[in-house]
Amino acid sequence: MQVAAVKDYVGVPRDVVDNFHGNQLVYIGWDDHLMFAAPLAFPFPPTLRFGDIVEKVLPGAYGYHPDWSKIDWSKVEWMKSGEPWTPHFNRTLAENGIGHKDALRFRTPGLTGIKGSCS
Amino acid sequence: MDMQVPKKKLGLKERYTLMTRDLAWDTTYQTKEKVYPYADYEGIKIHDWDKWEDPFRLTMDAYWKYQAEKERKLYAIIDAYSQSNGHLGVTDARYLNAIKIFLTAVTPLEYMAHRGFAHVGRAFPGAGARVACQMQAIDEMRHAQTQIHSLSNYNKYYNGFHDAPHMFDRVWYLSVPKSFFDDAITAGPFEFIVSVGFSFEYVLTNLLFVPFVSGAAYNGDMGTMTFGFSAQSDEARHMTLGLECIKFILEQDPANLPIVQRWIDKWCWRGVRLLSIVAMMMDYMLPKRVMSWKEAWEIYFEENGGALFKDLARYGIKMPACAEQIRQEKDHLSHQVWATFYNYGGATDFHTWMPTEDEMQWLSQKYPDTFDKYYRPRFEFWREQQEKGNRFYNKTLPMLCQTCQIPMLFTEPGDPTKICYRERSYKGNKYHFCSDHCQHIFDNEPEKYVQAWLPVHQIYQGNCFPEGADPTAPGFDPLAAVLEYYRLNVGHDNGEFEGSEDHRNFEAWRGMAKRND
Repeated sequence: MQVAAVKDYVGVPRDVVDNFHGNQLVYIGWDDHLMFAAPLAFPFPPTLRFGDIVEKVLPGAYGYHPDWSKIDWSKVEWMKSGEPWTPHFNRTLAENGIGHKDALRFRTPGLTGIKGSCS
Repeated sequence: MDMQVPKKKLGLKERYTLMTRDLAWDTTYQTKEKVYPYADYEGIKIHDWDKWEDPFRLTMDAYWKYQAEKERKLYAIIDAYSQSNGHLGVTDARYLNAIKIFLTAVTPLEYMAHRGFAHVGRAFPGAGARVACQMQAIDEMRHAQTQIHSLSNYNKYYNGFHDAPHMFDRVWYLSVPKSFFDDAITAGPFEFIVSVGFSFEYVLTNLLFVPFVSGAAYNGDMGTMTFGFSAQSDEARHMTLGLECIKFILEQDPANLPIVQRWIDKWCWRGVRLLSIVAMMMDYMLPKRVMSWKEAWEIYFEENGGALFKDLARYGIKMPACAEQIRQEKDHLSHQVWATFYNYGGATDFHTWMPTEDEMQWLSQKYPDTFDKYYRPRFEFWREQQEKGNRFYNKTLPMLCQTCQIPMLFTEPGDPTKICYRERSYKGNKYHFCSDHCQHIFDNEPEKYVQAWLPVHQIYQGNCFPEGADPTAPGFDPLAAVLEYYRLNVGHDNGEFEGSEDHRNFEAWRGMAKRND
């Protein structure tokens, strides 16, 4: 059953990529840093270089955390849809295979938040 | 001279029959199916509507009498409270922020419940159930009114109370209660009864109107206490109506059981997710606390709700599968939700703050296994930063759950250090969920939930700016435009409580009440 209805019924998704004026949604979460209450949602053009997200966007989003400045980016582990994944910093979102509403997570080994509480 | 012959007084049963079943009629020039188009499509089979009995045998004339009496008392107290400057008698102006949430998040639900029950009253082919639903619809309308009247007293003195109905349809966090009722009201009449008459009334209103409203009394808020207790006497009748309807549905046909069980599973979960906000209101927003959220949960859900499910076991109904996850979350819920609102306190219609050391000790004592380990370090860090003038505001919008619409703040069952991520692809689009249970709800009716109006996505689509705004104009500030669209008075309604206008005014007015300067 796709929906209980009195007649044939088809839902219209409100969040298809065409509704975002050339952008796509990308979700990014920093594991073990729950001071940021939830993963973040960003509208990015698919032509955006992945490295620009890490270098120019994430510092504004996550820079408040004292762990941010300690991150060794060569050791960061990434996940996409919950699976291990390696991004190419010099390629675009599209070239990295990041689709609309993909959820990315990164883990920073050795950094486990305020007093090790994963905050 | 004609003698007046006294009329024989009707017995309760006759009276009830006259005022309910006698109001019904059989259709003649239209088919019954055409008159009641929503009676069948959910798959529920009812063979004999006459078997349904109102447990209270309440008739409309008795209803007016009882409710009018309650109203008179309620308004006398509201009036006395208002005339005696009762707002200065509350423990602390921080408390009023819980009341702002009540006004913007809960009161509109009462109105939605009124609409739902009016609709169900029209949709049910059985006269007895129809009349009972009609009276509940009037109750719900009254609750909305009495809550608005009680709470708007504060609007004269404090910020954030000015535009509740406008905000309900727009402000990001209010999409959570709104989507709950939109989901219920767009379901069929039987699902609506299970969702609101059963799950919502049992799970939610008990916790809201008993321990939270007791908290209002503890904190000196007579207005809220009075409407709360007035509403609760109706809620007892509503719960019984919900329960009787479920029993009636289950007794009518064995094929109804799996459908009802799925609805109970769904709506208990949706109700629990909705209650997250009440958890933080109890643990963080009542300066004087009655009991912790966890304690309230154990009494009103685990004990009372457990007894209810035992009662339903003879019909084959089982405790929802989500109960185990709920049991684990009771130790975390209020802290995680308060932390979220502290993050996004720049975009709310109420103030947030960090608990004082005394309050943290209370939280440690009530949550010995979790508070100090997972939440105190975060809160102490935020407090230190705040004292240095570096108050934390998360300025990037959060990822939301497609079903409950809450930011993805909940952690994995069994691991409070990891956010719970779940995702699904449907017809080529990706959807994300905060839990297995929200994902299952989506899986059962994807065509319904793909349409969710998720505030974050709508903001990014440019649909949450005031009329006439030009996002291409130089210097356009999207965040400011969104807050204007919400009619949020930035710098007055939102942000940190410490030093806010509400805080300053309350201290000054209370001081004036005690001194002659």
